Amino acid sequence: MLTEQQTMVRDLARKIAREKIKPVAAHYDETEEFAWPIMKILGDSDLFGVHLPEQYGGLGGGILDMCLVTEELSRACAGIALGFAGTGLGALPILLHGSEEQKKKYLPDIAKGKRLAAFCLTEAEAGSDAGAIKTTARKEGDKYIINGTKQWITNAGEAEIYTVIALSDKAKGIRGASAFIVEKGAKGMDFGKKEKKMGIRASATREVIFTDCEVPAANLISREGMGFIVAMKTLDTSRPGVAAQAVGIAQGALDHALDYSRTRVQFGQPISSFQAVGHMLADMGTQVEAARALAYSVARLVDSGAKSVSKESAMAKLFASDTAMKVAVDAVQIMGGYGYMRDYPVEKYMRDAKITQIYEGTNQIQRNVIAANMIKETLQK
Amino acid sequence: MNIIVCIKQVPNTTDVRIDPVTNTLIRDGVESVINPFDAYAIEEAVRLKERLGGKVTVLTMGPPQAENALKEAIGLGCDKAVLVSDRKFAGSDTWATSYTLACAIKKLEGFDIILCGKQASDGDTAQVGPGISTHLDIPQVTYVKKISEIDDKAARVERMTEEGYDIVETPLPCLLTVVKEINTPRMPSLKGMMRAKSAKIAKWTADDIEADPAALGLDGSPTRVVKIFTPEPRKGGEMLSGSASDVAKELVELLKEAVL
Repeated sequence: MLTEQQTMVRDLARKIAREKIKPVAAHYDETEEFAWPIMKILGDSDLFGVHLPEQYGGLGGGILDMCLVTEELSRACAGIALGFAGTGLGALPILLHGSEEQKKKYLPDIAKGKRLAAFCLTEAEAGSDAGAIKTTARKEGDKYIINGTKQWITNAGEAEIYTVIALSDKAKGIRGASAFIVEKGAKGMDFGKKEKKMGIRASATREVIFTDCEVPAANLISREGMGFIVAMKTLDTSRPGVAAQAVGIAQGALDHALDYSRTRVQFGQPISSFQAVGHMLADMGTQVEAARALAYSVARLVDSGAKSVSKESAMAKLFASDTAMKVAVDAVQIMGGYGYMRDYPVEKYMRDAKITQIYEGTNQIQRNVIAANMIKETLQK
Repeated sequence: MNIIVCIKQVPNTTDVRIDPVTNTLIRDGVESVINPFDAYAIEEAVRLKERLGGKVTVLTMGPPQAENALKEAIGLGCDKAVLVSDRKFAGSDTWATSYTLACAIKKLEGFDIILCGKQASDGDTAQVGPGISTHLDIPQVTYVKKISEIDDKAARVERMTEEGYDIVETPLPCLLTVVKEINTPRMPSLKGMMRAKSAKIAKWTADDIEADPAALGLDGSPTRVVKIFTPEPRKGGEMLSGSASDVAKELVELLKEAVL
């Protein structure tokens, strides 16, 4: 089902996850440090560029390639995987809508992992209602002046390339939104304190604060007024990546539960021989496989150049993240008291799984998107 | 700097099994990998190249499938690979192997340094590296854990000993065998793997390296393997129970009986 190159990508990501990430996952979860040594390995191994075009230093693959990496890394640690996936997300506006100059300037460094990226949309009052953003970008000569605060930005403070959605024409509301590239170090750009989270603790989450932040006009992505379209297209394209992250979390939790069930002896036999446990494992395995199949098939749909993938990518994200949550809870259940202890790895999968139902659009919003698209399709018939 | 790395393809040690009847390694279905110690030699060679410029040639003697190990080495940053392969090499001991590799090295266009892993994980002899330097009549330093200084004339290295390390200076060209303390091998890169896939591996026979036929393979090997066997597994110990003083007395008596 995978091409030779995709198999190579997956196997290398799996090897790095197993040999380099798994041994340090608990450490980074505990300390909440950003796993720079791992980012260096991912960069040197060319993984950041799997889905970027060859002319910009990438390997010419598609979203499925990016999903394969995200899944394998998440199987070992979803928090560390987010350094990779968040960069993928942050780079998408440039990849999808950037000019030739912008692609040439930013994508090669991203492909090499020399600079990480971040996507800045969410604000305190604009979560599910992304159209309610208040950050503004005022044009002054050959510059834009950005003001406002972006919240819960993945990779903030660590990344060097930020794609930011801001209102260049407040009067037009969300139709007046534009997308900008802001480089770390820009005058007037600051970071808030690092958030303390339930899970994905190895991932850095901060506010990005713009106070009269000057950005060259050349950093406008696409045209003024295209910001919301850029943002939505970016999220539609990246959602299979969240699905892949969820599949990786689910698979990782299942791996642990399955290993444990074969070695844990109660009543004189391994607990895997009890039908109650066996059936749980069977359900978990089936659900993971179903989620993976959906995630891959939607990633392929994206890669086929399909015009609209909103419904399908929402479905993949919804189904895979609900699966991750359920499978992680069940993995803890199978491991009983051991599952609940922080000295064992599965409780982390349960904490990590939860975010996948929340970010890049809550699963309630995904259902809205899916239903709205289904109804629209009936009307079109 | 011209760097040569000699590597060996070995069975993955995590799943080595011995045939109880023939007492030999079961190789069927066992994944082959680059000898783990050689991975450190490859990494050190690539780091030297990155620091000083030049090129890295990776060399192995082995069956045709050893080409995979060479391709992997190219994926890790080696520039050129040579597989020395011929039925005439079958049955080579460490003397004949090091002779063969030395002949191949003479056919390469010169070198400043040769790196080898300290030993192979299957044979564990640690003799082939030193053997090559002997055949080539160049200095050798074994168990190197650090190359502290190096230029095109000489190298200063740290050689691991049981108590600590020696600082050794050697003129170039020389041969070093390295231990795992020397570096942390990098992960392969996708671009490296792509390069490896399309890389051309030179294949040399006994004739190509102009080796003396009498010095090759089983005939050229002074070593005779009389018997290979798996040592008897250690029998389980005996547990003594009772009060500490009783157990101590009983233990003393048992040790006396055993006449250690």
